[in-house]
Amino acid sequence: MSATADAPLPAPSLLARLSQPRTLILLLALMWIPLVIYVMFGHMFEDSRDYVLIPAVPATLLLYVLAMRAWWESKIAVIGATLVFFWMFIAVVVPFLPLIDPNQPIAPFTLPFSEKKDIFFWLGTDFKGRDMLSRALWGCQRVIVWGVTATLVAYIVGTAFGLIAGYLGGWWDEIISFLANILLSFPVMVLFILILNYLGQSGFNIVIAVTFASAPAVMRIVRGLALDIKSRDYVFAAQTRGEHPIWIMVVELLPNVRGPIIVDACLRLGYTTVAITTLTFLGLGLQPPDPDWGLMIKEAANTALIFKFSYMLIVPALSVSSLILGFNLMADGLREMSLRD
Amino acid sequence: MSEQSPENGPENSGEQVPVLECRNLSISYFVRAGEIPAVIDFNLKLMPGEAHGVVGESGCGKSTVALAIMQYLGQNGRIVGGELLFNGRDMRTMSEEELRDLRGSKIAMVYQEPMASLNPAMKIGEQLAEVPVYHENVSMEEALARAHEMLANVNLPDPARIMDSYPHQISGGQQQRVVIAMALLSNPSLLLLDEPTTALDVTVEAGIVELIKEISAKFGTSMIYISHNLGLILETCDRITVMYSGEAVEVGDIDTVFNNMRHPYTRGLFASIPLPGADKNAHPLVAIPGQLPLPHQRPKGCNFGPRCQFFDEARCDYGMIPMDKVDTGSEHYVRCSKWSEIDWDATRPKADERPPVEPGDVVLRVDDLTKHYEIEDSALFVLGGGETKTVKANEELNFIAREAETVAIVGESGCGKSTFAKVLMGLEEATEGEVVLGNLDLANLPVDKRDAKTIAKLQMVFQNPFDTLNPSHTVGGQIARVIRKFGVETDKDKVQDRVNELLDIVKLPRDFAKRRPRQLSGGQKQRVGIARAFAGNPEVVIADEPVSALDVSVQAAVTELLMDIQREHRTTLLFISHDLSVVRYLADRIVVMYLGKIMEQGTTDEIFAPPYHPYTEALLSAVPIADTHIEKRKVLLTGELPSPSNPPKGCPFSTRCPYVIEGLCETREPPLRRMADGHQIACHLDEITLKDMKPVISVPDEKASEPAE
Repeated sequence: MSATADAPLPAPSLLARLSQPRTLILLLALMWIPLVIYVMFGHMFEDSRDYVLIPAVPATLLLYVLAMRAWWESKIAVIGATLVFFWMFIAVVVPFLPLIDPNQPIAPFTLPFSEKKDIFFWLGTDFKGRDMLSRALWGCQRVIVWGVTATLVAYIVGTAFGLIAGYLGGWWDEIISFLANILLSFPVMVLFILILNYLGQSGFNIVIAVTFASAPAVMRIVRGLALDIKSRDYVFAAQTRGEHPIWIMVVELLPNVRGPIIVDACLRLGYTTVAITTLTFLGLGLQPPDPDWGLMIKEAANTALIFKFSYMLIVPALSVSSLILGFNLMADGLREMSLRD
Repeated sequence: MSEQSPENGPENSGEQVPVLECRNLSISYFVRAGEIPAVIDFNLKLMPGEAHGVVGESGCGKSTVALAIMQYLGQNGRIVGGELLFNGRDMRTMSEEELRDLRGSKIAMVYQEPMASLNPAMKIGEQLAEVPVYHENVSMEEALARAHEMLANVNLPDPARIMDSYPHQISGGQQQRVVIAMALLSNPSLLLLDEPTTALDVTVEAGIVELIKEISAKFGTSMIYISHNLGLILETCDRITVMYSGEAVEVGDIDTVFNNMRHPYTRGLFASIPLPGADKNAHPLVAIPGQLPLPHQRPKGCNFGPRCQFFDEARCDYGMIPMDKVDTGSEHYVRCSKWSEIDWDATRPKADERPPVEPGDVVLRVDDLTKHYEIEDSALFVLGGGETKTVKANEELNFIAREAETVAIVGESGCGKSTFAKVLMGLEEATEGEVVLGNLDLANLPVDKRDAKTIAKLQMVFQNPFDTLNPSHTVGGQIARVIRKFGVETDKDKVQDRVNELLDIVKLPRDFAKRRPRQLSGGQKQRVGIARAFAGNPEVVIADEPVSALDVSVQAAVTELLMDIQREHRTTLLFISHDLSVVRYLADRIVVMYLGKIMEQGTTDEIFAPPYHPYTEALLSAVPIADTHIEKRKVLLTGELPSPSNPPKGCPFSTRCPYVIEGLCETREPPLRRMADGHQIACHLDEITLKDMKPVISVPDEKASEPAE
């Protein structure tokens, strides 16, 4: 086998080569795009649906190794990344796991660690008799995909407006900042409810709602950073070269606002996850019957009042908390590392 | 210094206890990577009333010494060896309480940035009064009275008004005087000054230096003066310690060290600063080769070894080199194992003489260039609002620049040189007048309307090396962008070739193209900045203080590089600077600006010799010169730089001018007097008075201006 012949290649240099920005982006795409296709457009593939996820499995594992290697000095970031990658990994492998169909009612109100109808339920079943373990693991897919997509879109929009407002200034700044202030003055939930009621309830509309709620804050961060950077000599040099303002924004400013934005994005991923879960809880978000942590919490809300059945609430709640904790710890770790040098 | 009263002088204090004594002091910082020695085996003996200068480049440990004396080393800094005696007591054995008592009352420190030492939320009077109230438990009234008196002592006009102001309401020079007053209020026996004038303008700096000298004479305070500027040390101190990479390499009396230096580094330092004898053609500067080693990459043996021309293997790279006493009579020590073998006269560093460059045709003509900014007055509640104010950033600038010529634009902050650069580069449009490059008027042609060729003809080198390159892109990428943008080359390989060629020109290794700016030192970044400016074969390069943020030994190398490239490409250089020593060295013609107006212009010789404009005279006198043989006439300016948004009517310099003619200078604009062909002075003084002026800097004849051995 030729693969083993290449094996003596020293491992660190291979990992170092994989840490190049280009390969990192490729790996992220390999992990992310199949997942998005699977969750958002999976119904088009019918039976062959599961195969879409195959390339994402090695990509996720490899990214985890690279993240561990790069962030090893910060234990906080390591814990955070481990939590996040645990759920990422579950999201891409869950169709291949030997789990019971999460939507199949079997034995209602089975307690955790007990057996019913010859099936052993690790985490029990919910009020309809669906397996909690299976639902909790399947549930991460929708939360992660819609949460990250919504945050990403909010960041793209917020960064673009922030760069324009900060760099061009003048009337651009006045108008953009004014609109952002109006949006920021709405309570987030009111904004969500307004948008989702108006546009209808779907994953894509959640993305729009989150963008409206988060982009103004992102825009303000980017605007502040851009204001600082635009007085630097290298921007002046680009201006005196006659570069187009868009070129200056994208090439001279954008890479230099990257650091603080990535840290903030990790924090905001946490907020967005909470928001999406809350929306589903309120019945405004993703619709049943497919499993979703928010949905599980909503469905358990009544029955879980009885102490015996509180596991129905605790399982999805712990799942969502661990993911958010992961994002927050990652943000803390990244900030810590960026302050060091 | 001669002002030193003899009873305080170091020579009579043999039996006195030194105020401060450092014995083999070693200080280290402990970081993740391990122990980093910041200062190694540092010795210093400071007698009462003595002023001791510590000079060195950035990273040499001079500030660490000051912090150690204050016992302010922070969490990760520690004294790892030696003793630190204050009035004969070891400071390391003192308790926190005793130290707190000592700081601020017996030892006071003045930092570089005055605003960082003042509380912006407290009136200056209250801040000053806090010192005696806290340290001596006096009543508030008495404390305020003392503060008032001290403000008068530091030559601040109208102390009562200053006492009632907040720090941001007074100028930088006044702030620094307040900080000095605060330091003196507790009558300290030791005053530490860490680059106290670096953030100030030259004429303001001269006033502070004068004040510091007065203090040592008046209060008998011992001082440690930390600076990178040898000229300032010469003006203020009795003794000097030269530091290099964590070690003191030479210690001695000012005169001895300046004239009979016995360490190759000290001599390299003097050869790389533009003294009045230096000249870009006949006596070019000699830079010290190589770079300062990083603290964790210091060589074995002598730290200066790898950069030293006398380096001997097996002698200089072995063990610890001790301080050795030099036979010059006074207490003169040097850390060099070969000092007694070097022939200090014969091996003086000297660069090759170069033929002078003949300037060609006029390339750039600036005609009556005027730039006014309209600013909206923010007094909203004034009825009828919308009142606008005019800032006259540039007023009727007139000058020309020829091919291969260096024209220096000299002035302090607010003189309008940055606005001028912006108009020239097309980022601002002129209000009136013309800027003609070749035969194209650029005054009202913004950069997006200029074609690539015109833009390429006019490029700029920036001041701050840490800001000049985009930290996110590789060095090669940033140079290549300019090449492609100006259409010099478009083919990928040819662009790469041109990048390599440019890196060769600025004497950087070719593999730097792949590096990112953070992997480069300040001087290297500035070289990349120069390479970028020359990428499009410009005709005119504007250099905005390109070396002022660099270390002395690097300054020389970058200056010489700029001169070499200019010589080769016959580029016109517009050199913006406040440093008259550098300007004297490299400029062919000089334009002196003050508050947006040209005060005087002429050839370098004309500017440096009488007749002077009174402002030029003050500027010349203000520049510290690191040569003991130079005699300088003192011209001290009173008052502060007026705000450019509210300049005086008439002559802008009238508020500070020592020759001011009452009733004329404040009201009428001065006429332009043509003293000689091309030498113009804008002043009300008549030609006879101007011609009668005495030279400010008198250089003894050519031979004696070089340090006598």
